[in-house]
Amino acid sequence: MEKEEIYTHPTIDREHGLALLHQMILIRRFEEKSAELYTKEKIRGFLHLYIGEEAVAVGAMQSLTDDDNILSTYREHGHALARGVDPGSIMAEMYGKLEGCSKGRGGSMHLFDVDKKFYGGNAIVGGHLPLAVGMALASKKQQQHNITCCFFGEGAMAEGEFHESMNLAALWKVRVLFLCENNLYGMGTALRFSHSVLELEKKGVAYGVESATVNGMDVLEVKNAVEKATAYIRSTGKPYFLVCNTYRFKAHSMFDAQLYREKKEVNAWKERDPIPTLSNQLLKNKIISQKDIDAVEERVKTEVQKAVDFAEEGTFEPIEELTKFVYSK
Amino acid sequence: MVEFRMPSLGADMEDGTLVEWRVKSGDTVKRGDIIADVDTQKGLIEIEVFDEGTIDQLVIKEGEKVPVGTVMATITPAGEKISSKKETIPIKKETVITEKAKADAKKEPIKQPLKEGSTESHDRIKISPLAKKIAEEKGIDFSTIKGSGVEGIIVKKDIDLAVNMKVESHVEVTGSKKEIATQGVRAAIASAMSRSNREIPHFYLETRIDMSNALDWLKETNKARELKDRLLSVVLFIKAMAKAINEVPEVNAYWENGLKLKDVINIGFAVSLREGGVVIPAIPNAEQKSPSELMTFLKDLIPRARALKLRSSELSESTITLTSVGEGNVDKVFGVIYPPQVAILGFGNIVEEAWAENEAINARPVVHVTLAADHRAIDGYLGGRFLTALKNNLQNPAEL
Amino acid sequence: MNDKTTLKLTYREALKQGIHEAMINNDKVFLMGEDVGRYGGAFGVSKGFLEEFGEDRIMDVPLSESGFVGAGIGAALGGMQPIVEVMTVNFSLLALDQIINNASTLLHMSGGQINVPVVIRMNSGIGSQLAAQHSHSWEPFYAHVPGLKVVSAGTHEDARGMLLTALESPDPVVIFEYTSLLNMESEIQSDSGAVDIHKAKVRREGKDLTIITYGPGVYKALAAAEELTSSGVDVEVVDLRALRPIDNGTIMNSVAKTHRVLIVEEAWRSVSISSEIISRIMENAFFDLDAPIQRLCGVEVPIPYPKHLEDASIPQKEDIVDSVLKMIQNG
Repeated sequence: MEKEEIYTHPTIDREHGLALLHQMILIRRFEEKSAELYTKEKIRGFLHLYIGEEAVAVGAMQSLTDDDNILSTYREHGHALARGVDPGSIMAEMYGKLEGCSKGRGGSMHLFDVDKKFYGGNAIVGGHLPLAVGMALASKKQQQHNITCCFFGEGAMAEGEFHESMNLAALWKVRVLFLCENNLYGMGTALRFSHSVLELEKKGVAYGVESATVNGMDVLEVKNAVEKATAYIRSTGKPYFLVCNTYRFKAHSMFDAQLYREKKEVNAWKERDPIPTLSNQLLKNKIISQKDIDAVEERVKTEVQKAVDFAEEGTFEPIEELTKFVYSK
Repeated sequence: MVEFRMPSLGADMEDGTLVEWRVKSGDTVKRGDIIADVDTQKGLIEIEVFDEGTIDQLVIKEGEKVPVGTVMATITPAGEKISSKKETIPIKKETVITEKAKADAKKEPIKQPLKEGSTESHDRIKISPLAKKIAEEKGIDFSTIKGSGVEGIIVKKDIDLAVNMKVESHVEVTGSKKEIATQGVRAAIASAMSRSNREIPHFYLETRIDMSNALDWLKETNKARELKDRLLSVVLFIKAMAKAINEVPEVNAYWENGLKLKDVINIGFAVSLREGGVVIPAIPNAEQKSPSELMTFLKDLIPRARALKLRSSELSESTITLTSVGEGNVDKVFGVIYPPQVAILGFGNIVEEAWAENEAINARPVVHVTLAADHRAIDGYLGGRFLTALKNNLQNPAEL
Repeated sequence: MNDKTTLKLTYREALKQGIHEAMINNDKVFLMGEDVGRYGGAFGVSKGFLEEFGEDRIMDVPLSESGFVGAGIGAALGGMQPIVEVMTVNFSLLALDQIINNASTLLHMSGGQINVPVVIRMNSGIGSQLAAQHSHSWEPFYAHVPGLKVVSAGTHEDARGMLLTALESPDPVVIFEYTSLLNMESEIQSDSGAVDIHKAKVRREGKDLTIITYGPGVYKALAAAEELTSSGVDVEVVDLRALRPIDNGTIMNSVAKTHRVLIVEEAWRSVSISSEIISRIMENAFFDLDAPIQRLCGVEVPIPYPKHLEDASIPQKEDIVDSVLKMIQNG
């Protein structure tokens, strides 16, 4: 093996590399399928695609255990899939079927799976940050050492709840990983039009929270960064703030003409697509072959189709049950 | 063949305008390729194709605005021969099921207010606040009224009915509903009579009238008539009464904070019902009708009255009432005035009685007539004059 | 002199005893709010608690209503049983997003997977000349939201016991407490404890007319009822207690008995609790009504500062007496 061929990237073994690749490709194809189904009116309401950002969810999940809590935004399909939430239950949820992970009651923006400690699917920008702090507070009070990982976008950092949550987490010294996916646009508003300070990690430092940034388009770099972050949290019991710089290749949601950004920019970011970034690296280092990639794609195709079939065959909750889940039984 | 349709990009997207095709017939496409530029309310959006294959036909033209779901193009899927094999993607199948499920589930209206905690019925009379208000205004005693509203409550309609029944009962019924109707009739009578008793200070005058002349005239007149056209004495009573009213119009009035004379003479003719109770249709403009015309009129009216097939106008127009005992051995009847009338004239049977005249006594056909009158409106003198006029009219039947 | 079976105490002391009992009974219960610890509670309710229970269980929080109410909700998700104290209802507006978009919805949005056993206590009311921003009555807002349980502690017995029952609920409970009652003394049973939070209560039986009320209206209505006996009028007083869900049964039984209703509340008249009660009576007991329902509510004006105007902006005992007499006279 020639020395020049070895990347200075963090390295990874075949099994782990294929696992990462599989997860990212699963998310990619699942999202593409969801978009198609949305145009065919199988999925309604809002649909926010994670395409382009796969490296963040997949990279982050590598360091989170089954005991850790996860909260995310309305762009959470990727996080749910990476967390191991069943693709069929996600698709059924988007179809509004009883077999969905939230019994069809939530839809795309409210995926919940308590067994996997996946707490949404939250649609109010910044609204789940205080919840994350509270969950971590509860852990502390019960002498539990699990981490609460809270994903949010850079748009949320303008909300008061971000600032209150950072302050409380630092003050109370609780185990929260505040993970910001900076994809440069809060819906149609670029970062520079919404933040006075563009070095987002400074906002964590301002509250006394250990902060860092990472290239969010490279799953191995994200994996390493989150490893470092979780290690810090687990050893100090204090919160951590990680900014992942990434980009969404698709519009904010399905019905978006993207008048706010140029195609040129999108294409430039597409050059840094996290999936070929990983697969190329694995190929170049002869850790995997093209046949392996094809096999992953085939497997994903089956998985996605299975999820769609599951959703199609699902049932709608009877209308008589409308007022269920207002109060506990 | 795969149909490519105008995609839905949002719940509020109803249609899109094709601005530009980015492919043409014969081009190969793969998943994710941009097939067209479509203009929407949010701006120009690039539309993706989700299938692999060859563009077969571009169905709609640039510049065309089409609703979501319209076929825009057809694509031959990769690996398939270019022949038409129509594959339709089932759109809206799910929504159809939903609609059906919705329709099925409509039996239990969830949006209806839950009747929790509502009280059981107890001894209170159920009358709607509005009905109660009207009942009080019109002086209706609703304690005997049967309610037709939900849960058997007395509603405005029931009170209105009772108001009409005060003067005469009115129900347009077919045979099967007759019992309900007579129940209503009874209730209305009860209501009216109670009110009459409560409000009208009755006084009574009585006189005997010699019917010899009248009966002789009838006999003569009827000789020339078919059985079915024969006149009965009652028409003479009616006509005589009507003529008498011309002379003493004060008896043909109604009382409402004062005496208000009527300008028409509509004699309310009390018809008894076989099932019990009485209806009182009006004979309008009785003074203008001859005894013969009155007979014809009654022959139509009475059967209809007995069958409760009367028009509402017939029931509401009486200005004064005539009641007759009909068959049976009753000499006289003292009536109860139907408010807001001020008098009621009662005729007993025509009986043979001893009659003293010119110091001789013989037997004559006699009818006892009573006048019950509202003492607020009429006094004894007026009443007496009226009865005298009546008596005189019946002595001259030819002039009736 | 105290009867052996009753206890005389202030409303403030009743609240304190309730929290204390809850803290002693269950380790998972902790109190979090502004100035609940070192200050002894903004209204003196938690005085001494910090010393007794420690920092971990009596948490002074920064002025971050959205943040700490949301954290309280999150702590409930995480297995604790927080008592979240919002100093006054006026400040709760900052936390409305957390209460309405998280606490009330999580059970439903997750398809029944997530319970939110959080209790939020808020001080409310008028009477200290604190002017418009500090004198709100937000019961109608909160009572409007499915997914929340909303109760109003208008008596000492309820101040003592509602919290305990609320903490047993797997669903979020919002408790309204009243500043105007804090210093007031009354008697409760010595063994007073947890009370029901789903039913209204007849506080005084009567036969001529029913007053339906909640919060500060309860004691005012009872005082008015006493005064009315000298006019020969016998008034029944119903304390709603549960504003969501509302107890229809108790209300309709009373209407069936007296046939006349006067509703008393401090909240502004339009779109209020009284609007809801009147609708329900119309729906369920229309034919028991002998007269139109009347209501005395807050005058629709931002609450003014000067005492005479502040007093005039909400129903007082005298207003209640006048209204009742008028209603009886008019038949």
